[in-house]
Amino acid sequence: MNLLKTILAGAALAVGLTGAVSAAEKVKVGFIYVGPTGDFGWSYEHDQGRKAIEEAFGDKVETVFVESVPESADSERVMTQMALSGTDLIFATSFNYMDHVLNVAKKFPNVKFEHATGFKRSDNVSTYSARFYEGRTVIGHIAGNMTKTNTIGYIASYPIPEVIRGINAAYIAAKKVNPDVKMKIVWVFSWFDPGKEADAATALIDQGADIIMQHTDSPAAMTIAEEKGIFAFGQASDMTQFGPNARLSSIIDNWGPYYVARVQAVMDGTWTSTDTWDGIKPGMVKIGEFSDKIPADVQASATAIKDALSAGTMHSFTGPLNKQDGSVWLKDGETADDGTLAGMNFYVEGIEGKIPQ
Amino acid sequence: MDFSALSPVSLIVSLMVAATPILLAAIGELVVEKSGVLNLGVEGMMIIGAICGFIVAVETGSPWLGFLAAMAGGAAISFIFAVLTQYMLTNQVATGLALTLFGLGFAALLGHSYAGIKPPKFGSLDIPFISDIPVIGPLLFSHDYMIYISLMIIAGVWYFLTRTRGGLVLRAAGENHDAAHALGYKVIRIRIMAILFGGAMAGLGGAYLSLVRVPQWTEGMTAGAGWIALALVVFASWKPWRIILGAYLFGGITVLQLNLQAAGANIPVAYLSMAPYLVTIIVLVIMSSDKKRASLNAPACLGRIFHASS
Repeated sequence: MNLLKTILAGAALAVGLTGAVSAAEKVKVGFIYVGPTGDFGWSYEHDQGRKAIEEAFGDKVETVFVESVPESADSERVMTQMALSGTDLIFATSFNYMDHVLNVAKKFPNVKFEHATGFKRSDNVSTYSARFYEGRTVIGHIAGNMTKTNTIGYIASYPIPEVIRGINAAYIAAKKVNPDVKMKIVWVFSWFDPGKEADAATALIDQGADIIMQHTDSPAAMTIAEEKGIFAFGQASDMTQFGPNARLSSIIDNWGPYYVARVQAVMDGTWTSTDTWDGIKPGMVKIGEFSDKIPADVQASATAIKDALSAGTMHSFTGPLNKQDGSVWLKDGETADDGTLAGMNFYVEGIEGKIPQ
Repeated sequence: MDFSALSPVSLIVSLMVAATPILLAAIGELVVEKSGVLNLGVEGMMIIGAICGFIVAVETGSPWLGFLAAMAGGAAISFIFAVLTQYMLTNQVATGLALTLFGLGFAALLGHSYAGIKPPKFGSLDIPFISDIPVIGPLLFSHDYMIYISLMIIAGVWYFLTRTRGGLVLRAAGENHDAAHALGYKVIRIRIMAILFGGAMAGLGGAYLSLVRVPQWTEGMTAGAGWIALALVVFASWKPWRIILGAYLFGGITVLQLNLQAAGANIPVAYLSMAPYLVTIIVLVIMSSDKKRASLNAPACLGRIFHASS
């Protein structure tokens, strides 16, 4: 019995020691995800980014992640736990973690935080996001060209600027090629609830939508679109396996390069609080391959839009544009500034319905 | 706003689809609670059923076998709960919560290579002519088979609990386990059977989600349906028929608010999403305000550990 105790104590000591040694050498990176890594959407792509870090740095990093973390005080506990266990850099990958990130960051000034899609920063909190709306412009263009019922269904999650921006961008692009287009928007108040996302898709299809866009994280709507023989777009991830016939294209989030760069900055001691908002050009937003269901001329014009967005010769929000109430937002040729986009809380003219409060 | 696009018939059809997973899970949990056991692991059993059913349906090509496997899977995982709480006398609340966590993790592991696969299509009732009658056809005669089966299960449970000796014995175990024991009934065995039935029903509900309602496997796809099922049992005040009412009300509110939104109605979405939970709280308040009514319905030995001391 005594011998066993000695061995155990020795083992514990050894583990403790190696822990201390490796902690000094390795950079430890933590991730918190709002859904499961197997959602094949948003959280899946962030986890791909985490894997890119491991691939790039090998033994020099250690990554940990916690999935399905609610956007509540629970996230504070998870991040505190991570910070206490020697994590150097924490990526919080959902909008509503915002205030919780700042709270935890205040308590751990030596730990660096990266908050996705947020807008509040401090000395050790950076924010980063992708200009998903550029992707929305491309798929909006395709949808406007291809809808036969002139009705696009949009499954929205929460009424936050990022989601509203996506709705506006897609609508503007669709309206440009199809003046009669209507957008039916359903808010499901969840990022990840396959059952409800499927119900929302069914409701939209029942009411005439023949193309579905989504700003939720699971491929449920894609599956329903496939079943009902209509079209949809992959969101965050390609999702082609869920709707081989239904999927027209996709907006793919590509976080890997950014994550690798930030970990490198921590290693070099050059990490500072920054605000990154990258689009198609640096490759943070990718447009998935076009389905052959899209007519060749539409494929060509969509590619042209993608290239123009990438080259910076086109902006998704270019005047003349009015707000929903008819007041002027952007004059002819004027483009939206990032500040307005970051806080966008209004629909553009032509979209029906109100943003839920 | 355009309400002409809102078809009451398709609304009712989709609300039945939305309600069936929680209906099945709730009727199982009702039997478990009637026997005096509180199993909070419904969510875990549902997701295990969802993946077991999905795997078997994909591998064999038969959704029917999938549903059977889902029942077996749900029952198997509930057996862990049964052994722990009935033989080892662990705390039911803690064990149930652990079962949910275990189920979610284990299902993710099982389903790792099954994401992005399309399950075989599950059939619907199709009687020549009758299913094609306008309104009545789609409302009554062209649902998928599982919807009819779920309603038959409700009827069966009602019959068993109120009209058979076995049901009386099961309720006796839930109302007063010491008295049931003194009369020579095997309280532990009765409860284990109830738990297994609850697991099988939760598994079936989960499989309905992964094979019919969403037709795909995604980790964590039950997304809290198990907790709604638990609330439903209370809402139904442990009466089988009220489970139908409750489940269709829960499902109905969800589907109706999504459809109203699609029709362009400006409705307070957040409040409607909350409504089912608010109703449950109100029911709880009403029940607890009237001690006599509450004692008529809630099984008196619910959640209490039984130890055959003599």
